[in-house]
Amino acid sequence: MRKTLLESLTHGSLTEPAPAPDQAALAELATKVNRAAEARLGRSLAIREVDAGSCNGCELEIHALSNAFYDIERFGLRFVASPRHADVLLVTGPVTKNMQQALERTYNATPDPKWVVAVGGCAVDGGIFRGSYACVGGVSETVPVDLHIKGCPPSPVDLLKGLLALLEHVSAKR
Amino acid sequence: MGILDSIPHVQAVVSHRPSPRAVVTEVGWQAAIDRLVEGSLTLLGFWGEPAAVHMALLDGGSAEIAVVTYACTAGTFPSVASRHAPALRLERTIHDLFGPVPTAADDLRPDLRQWLDHHAWGKSYPLSGRNASRDARPYQFLPAEGEALHQVAVGPVHAGIIEPGHFRFTANGEHVVRLEQWFGYTHKGIESLMQGASLGAAAKLANRTSGDSAVAYAFAFARAAEAALDVEAPQRATWLRALMAELERLANHLGDIGAICNDASFALMHAQTGILRERCLRAADVAFGHRLMMDVIVPGGVTRDIAPDGVSALRALLAELRKVFPRLVELYDNTASLQDRTVTTGIVKAEYARQFGAGGYVGRASGRNFDARRTLAYAPYDRLSFEVPVLDAGDVNARVWVRIREVEQSVELIEQILDRLGPGGLETALPPGIGRGACEGMALAEAFRGDVLVWLRLDDELRVERCHLRDASWFQWPLLETAIEGNIIADFPLCNKSFNCSYSGADL
Repeated sequence: MRKTLLESLTHGSLTEPAPAPDQAALAELATKVNRAAEARLGRSLAIREVDAGSCNGCELEIHALSNAFYDIERFGLRFVASPRHADVLLVTGPVTKNMQQALERTYNATPDPKWVVAVGGCAVDGGIFRGSYACVGGVSETVPVDLHIKGCPPSPVDLLKGLLALLEHVSAKR
Repeated sequence: MGILDSIPHVQAVVSHRPSPRAVVTEVGWQAAIDRLVEGSLTLLGFWGEPAAVHMALLDGGSAEIAVVTYACTAGTFPSVASRHAPALRLERTIHDLFGPVPTAADDLRPDLRQWLDHHAWGKSYPLSGRNASRDARPYQFLPAEGEALHQVAVGPVHAGIIEPGHFRFTANGEHVVRLEQWFGYTHKGIESLMQGASLGAAAKLANRTSGDSAVAYAFAFARAAEAALDVEAPQRATWLRALMAELERLANHLGDIGAICNDASFALMHAQTGILRERCLRAADVAFGHRLMMDVIVPGGVTRDIAPDGVSALRALLAELRKVFPRLVELYDNTASLQDRTVTTGIVKAEYARQFGAGGYVGRASGRNFDARRTLAYAPYDRLSFEVPVLDAGDVNARVWVRIREVEQSVELIEQILDRLGPGGLETALPPGIGRGACEGMALAEAFRGDVLVWLRLDDELRVERCHLRDASWFQWPLLETAIEGNIIADFPLCNKSFNCSYSGADL
C-alpha cells in the first residue's frame, strides 16, 4: 500500500484541464432557467442521478466523471444520495412507464430551485426505444427539462461541458 | 447420446441452427423438466411466443445444446417453475408478455404474480397479439413472519448511480431473514421493438440491452443471425470481435473490483482501478471509435477495422496494466480490514450455482466450471489459449479473485490477438433474402458477467420475426437472495456489487 500511496504523491496529477462549457448548452439554458432561483445558489451544485430505464451505458459514463481524470468535485459538482439534498436531477433513459411515477416522485421530492438535465439520446426523445408500449419517450414528457446532453452515451467530456455550462449559467446570474 | 434422444418429440425443426430444436408434447416437455430437476441438464433459456414456449437445454458434460418447444394450443403450458425454481422469473415474464398460462397440479400451484408488468403499460400481454386485460392487483411480497421481524423497502430509486429495482428486506435486528427482489422498472419492450426490425436496427437494440455488455450482446446477436443464415464472418472480423469482447471484460472487471472495495469503504482501490478502467475505455475509443465499442459488431462481421494507432494504444494499455495491476492485487491481498469484509460474506452455495446454471464469476466462484468461451469454444476462442479460473468458496472474496484472475487472462488474450491479427476482410455479405421461409439461429457469448444467449427467427426478407435475449443475470439475481440470508443489511451493497447483475439486461 505504501508504494502505491507514495507513487500517487510523487507522480503528477492525472486530472485534466476543464473543457470549455458547451455553448449550445448555454444557449438552451438561457431560455429556460429562472433567474430568481439562480441567485440563491453559489458555485456549487448537488446532483441526484435518476435512471429512468436506461441501458446503463449512460450510468457508466456518469460514474467516470468521478475518476481521477475528470474529478468532477473540483468544480463544486457532487453526487448526493437523496433528491432531498439535490439541486440537479440528472435523468437518463427513455422513461419507461414502469419508472414514470418514480421519476415524478423524485422530482417532487427535490426542493426548489431545481434543474433537470436529461442525459443521453433516449432521454431526449426515447431514442431507439421510442414508440415502445413500455416507454413514455423523452424526459421532458414527464418533468420539465432545462438542459439536454446528447450522445449514446455522451462521453464524460460531453457531460462535463454540459454541467459546466449549467454551473456557469447559474453563477453568472448571481 | 444427444439431448433429444432421451426426450420424446414429435418433430424436429430443420431451419434451426446450429443446435437442434424439436417440438414436444406434454410427455416430452415433462421429460425435459425431469432432466433439469435431476440435474443432468441445465436450463439455458426459457422464452415465449403468443402460442408456444421454448426451453434451451445444456448438457454440461458434452457441451451439447438443444431447444424444445411446446405448442400452447389451449393457451396453457405445463409449468416449469413449479418443479424447477430457476425458471420462475422467466415463466412469469412469458405470462406477462405473451399470455400463456403455466399450469401444474394443485399442490404445485405456479406463481402467477406479475414480474415485468407493473400495470403501467395501458395494456396487458403486450406481445400476445390480442386484446386481453388482466386484473390490476397490488404486488404481494412473500410473507416472513415472526415477532421481532421488520421490513426495509429499498428502491426503485437507489442512493448510488445505479439502475432501478426494488429490494424488500425482512430483517431480525441487523440480520437479513429474507430478501425478495422485484424488478421490471427498466422494461423497455426490447423484444417488441425487435419484431419486424431490420438486422441493422435489431443489432443496435441488442447493443443497448445492457450497455455494460454492448460488445457481448452484439457478438451473440451477430452469431445467432449468422447461424440462421448459415454464413460465417471473415476470420479477421472474429479476431476483432474477441479483441473488443476482452477489452469490455477488462474495463468492467477493473471498475467493479474497485467498486466492491469501495463498498467496503476502501476508496484507494476504487481510485486506482478507476484510472485503469478509464485507460481501457480511452484505448477502446482510439482503436474502435467508441468508448463502449457500440455498433461495431454486426451480423456478417464488423463495421470498421481497428484504427492504425489502435494497436499501439492497446499495447501501451497492456504494458500499463502489467505494471500497475499486480501491485493492486497485492494491496487487496494484504489489507486485512478489507479481507475482513469480503471473506465469508455473501456465500453462494455450489449446489445453487449448479442448479441455476449461474454463469460468470458468480458460478465460477462457487465451483461451476462453465465459460462459454471454453465450453462452447466459439470462434476465435477455439484458437486462443487461456485459463478459466474456478474457485469453491462462493463468497465475495472468491468472486473478487475470479475477476482478478480473469483480468490477467484478458490481458494475455488481447496480446495473443494483437500478435496474430492477420490481414483479411471485415464483412461477409449477407444474402438479400433467403426465399425458403423463416430461419432460426441461436448463439451464446461470454459477457463479463456471464453468458448471454440470443435466439432469433428471421423472415425470408431478413427481418427479425422474433428475438429473445437472455442475460446471465436471470440466473444470478435469485442467488443474491440466497447469498444475503443471515448477513447483515449493511453488507448488502458489498454482496450486490460482487454480483453486479444487470437490471436492464433482465428487464428487457
